[in-house]
Amino acid sequence: MSWEVVIGIETHVQLQTKTKIFSGASTEFGAEPNTQACLLSVAFPGTLPVLNDEVVQCAIKFGLATNAEIASRSIFARKNYFYPDLPKGYQISQYEIPIVGKGSLEIEVGDIKKRVRITRAHLEEDAGKSLHGVVKNGTGIDLNRAGTPLLEIVSEPDMSSAAEAVAYAKKLHELVRWIGICDGNMQEGSFRCDINVSVKPKGSDKLGTRREIKNLNSFKFIEQAIHYETQWQIEMLEEGKIIQQATVLFNPETAETRAMRSKEEANDYRYFPDPDLLPLEIPDEKISEIKAAMIELPHLMKARLERDYQLSPYDASGITSDKAVADYFFATLKEGAEPKQIANWILGQLFSKLNEHNLSIEDSPIKPQVLSLLLKRIQDATISNNSAKQLFEKLWMSPSLEIDALIEIEGLKQVSDSGLIEKMIDEVLKNNQAMVDEYRSGKEKAFNALVGQIMKASKGKANPGQVNDLLKKKLS
Amino acid sequence: MEDWGIKEISNLLRENKISSLEITTHYLQQIKQKNPEINAFITVDETRTLAQAKLADERIQKGEGDIFTGIPIAQTDIFCAEDWLTSCGSKMLHNFVAPYDATVVKQFNDVGAVNLGKTNMDEFAMGSSNETSYFGAVKNPWDLTRVPGGSSGGSAAAIAARMCPGATATDTGGSIRQPASLCGLTGLKPTYGLVSRYGMIAFASSLDQAGPMAKSSEDCAMMMNVMAGYDVKDSTSIDHKKEDYTKNIDQPIDGLKIGLPKEFFAEGLDHNVAKVIESAIDQYKKLGATIVDVSLPNTNLSIPVYYVLAPAEASSNLSRYDGVRFGYRTNQYDDLMDMYCKTRQEGFGDEVKRRILIGTYVLSAGYYDAYYLKAQQIRHLISEDFKKAFQVCDVIMGPTAPSTAFKANEKIDDPVTMYLQDIFTISTNLAGLPGMSIPAGSVNELPVGLQIIGNYFSEGLMLNVAHQFQKMTDWHKAVPQGLLS
Repeated sequence: MSWEVVIGIETHVQLQTKTKIFSGASTEFGAEPNTQACLLSVAFPGTLPVLNDEVVQCAIKFGLATNAEIASRSIFARKNYFYPDLPKGYQISQYEIPIVGKGSLEIEVGDIKKRVRITRAHLEEDAGKSLHGVVKNGTGIDLNRAGTPLLEIVSEPDMSSAAEAVAYAKKLHELVRWIGICDGNMQEGSFRCDINVSVKPKGSDKLGTRREIKNLNSFKFIEQAIHYETQWQIEMLEEGKIIQQATVLFNPETAETRAMRSKEEANDYRYFPDPDLLPLEIPDEKISEIKAAMIELPHLMKARLERDYQLSPYDASGITSDKAVADYFFATLKEGAEPKQIANWILGQLFSKLNEHNLSIEDSPIKPQVLSLLLKRIQDATISNNSAKQLFEKLWMSPSLEIDALIEIEGLKQVSDSGLIEKMIDEVLKNNQAMVDEYRSGKEKAFNALVGQIMKASKGKANPGQVNDLLKKKLS
Repeated sequence: MEDWGIKEISNLLRENKISSLEITTHYLQQIKQKNPEINAFITVDETRTLAQAKLADERIQKGEGDIFTGIPIAQTDIFCAEDWLTSCGSKMLHNFVAPYDATVVKQFNDVGAVNLGKTNMDEFAMGSSNETSYFGAVKNPWDLTRVPGGSSGGSAAAIAARMCPGATATDTGGSIRQPASLCGLTGLKPTYGLVSRYGMIAFASSLDQAGPMAKSSEDCAMMMNVMAGYDVKDSTSIDHKKEDYTKNIDQPIDGLKIGLPKEFFAEGLDHNVAKVIESAIDQYKKLGATIVDVSLPNTNLSIPVYYVLAPAEASSNLSRYDGVRFGYRTNQYDDLMDMYCKTRQEGFGDEVKRRILIGTYVLSAGYYDAYYLKAQQIRHLISEDFKKAFQVCDVIMGPTAPSTAFKANEKIDDPVTMYLQDIFTISTNLAGLPGMSIPAGSVNELPVGLQIIGNYFSEGLMLNVAHQFQKMTDWHKAVPQGLLS
């Protein structure tokens, strides 16, 4: 029998706010344990939550970016369970009425586009952390993270392969960073996915029983986990066994998933509206204000880059994969370089250098003004593309060097004096009569070989375009 | 010293006829003398209290004093007060020293009031007799074999025994008004949201409200001027315009329309208590008030609704007492689950456990709609009843409690009978309305309270209505026999 896999994803996006969702404590990552645990984070008796408006703005931005309904009135509820890193004994979340309702996100796998429906997105607070092996004979609790704002984004089970799931996760990751609501740092847990996987006979309408893979914080893990889980479920079904609904963990060392708890042991969370918080009312004006201040969304910018600057879909995708990259592109464009060439250089030369040094584009030693000037020197035929690449290397190491001076010092200035070039051509033709004959007898290759000789004679400085034209003339 | 109220003490302090140190010392002596018997205080700290009094005197000398500067009052132990033991009457918090001040505590500190100590209360404010406290039962100064009411029984007994002129208290289902009634005091539960809940240990968040307890309406009004006000730290606090509650207290009340709900004079009300209430109403007629009959048809549902909603919220509010971060933790345990179970088993008393169990049950999957949601719907109906009644009257009056103070141990093993103590007070909490109890007479030398219920934010009017009665009567001045030394 052949099988189909059905995947839905719940993503916890840590919102990029200065303070926690219900208190003024800092949300900064990596501080000493419990130094960011305010009275509320510790759940001292008598403390009360007060909603941070920044968090609401983030959720609204996300709703607008996914074309979703934004609830004019949503409710915070308490999800009750006992755990040492959950100080109040309940998590404040949204249950029946979330702030963001139905929306969607378009993903691309290869050339195929697909719209993934988003069921809802709701606000909630993160829990603290248990620290094992830090305290002697016990477990330590770090409440710095307790109360960090999260937006939980729930998709419909619209994905049917690991590739689609990864495409969705990447697209979502790009989007939340783009609109500035999440720093996207997956290693620090700012963006983590729970993946619901089920398998059904191909063509069947009835969904299989799902298992939920918890807390994946890399795209690679998502892919590996889905592959393993899908295989495991298919094997079980083919052996005639029944899949139990369960929560599973992914082990990155073995790339396997393993059941953590089954549904029977699941908690009854006893949700009810939190009486400490009033319903969250969002007036239309607030949504309009945020909408007016929103930056152009990546899919719209991509279309614009293709339309107005004739970038290829591939290049436009690359430029709009990250807000900082797009900013870099437009900053370079503003300085006067040519758009297609800028895109080429960013996605080629610059990206490979950034990757090599593990830098983000914001930290690139070569700034847009410098890149733009370099590209303009190619355009105005001062230097060749190859020379520009050499200069790029030099500038990477010493970004403060002045380009035009450097061209002089390095002697990279292109020779565009046709008299000089003609002289060189004549010299080369004289010394390579055999090649000339080959060309004349119809061997096109010989032409390139001659160009190579001329460039060599000019020590690479002759303008290749001019060399081509003049050589053609001479040989005709 | 004479049996002064807050207002008199304030005047004497400002006229330099007495110092805060003198009056504070007086009350500390009273506490030393009477508290071992009454058990109204859980914590007294003479050094800190006297230091506060000295500071207050300095403020007054420099002319920087507020009308409340130097006045000693007691704080109920439900309020966190920085560096004070804050137990909420529970073993669970028997060692909890609060790291911060509740807004109410801060408000009194800011005006320079002196904190005489933390008063006893039913554990986590759950009870109507102050018998559920881990720190022992409180006795009623009017008859030491009887209960002072609850949950704010410590504050009530402390004032009745003249160990303080006023105290803070909290009311979730009648916990200010019923002890005020049983101890012959004036107590006010304000409109929900008028006084900040920040730093007040939560029992049932949507019902809890703090208020003043004192001998007279005038004194309560002065305390309200300190306590009422919007607080950004409490999301349910209401941004109501600051009022001076003493301003209109002397206004005549002729033409006042008093609504008498027939449901408040029905079965269950002690015959003699009813008579006291009727004669108090007659007194109001003499003051020019007119009487209208009103109906609150869902009164009988208020107790069942309350005992779904309050325990539901409590079961969640009390989850934080898990032995992990503060408070009591069991000595011996095998693993995490064992630690949770033993800590909560040993740290909570019976009544608290009963309510956690009820609350957990009504919120459970499959029961939520039948209990919690249904109760919320009825809660709405109860509010509507009041809304209708207030279309034809200015205030509603009736008994505060169905009887006078009952004997200790009489009802503690019969929770359902105990719950009926709050039959006349609970509905105002459910509606979020302000309610008040004032001394209106006595039965067999035990005080009887008249309840005054007002519309939202009508505390000014209620205090005025109460004051006019107190100008005509002496019930609020009555002192338990043998206590005034």
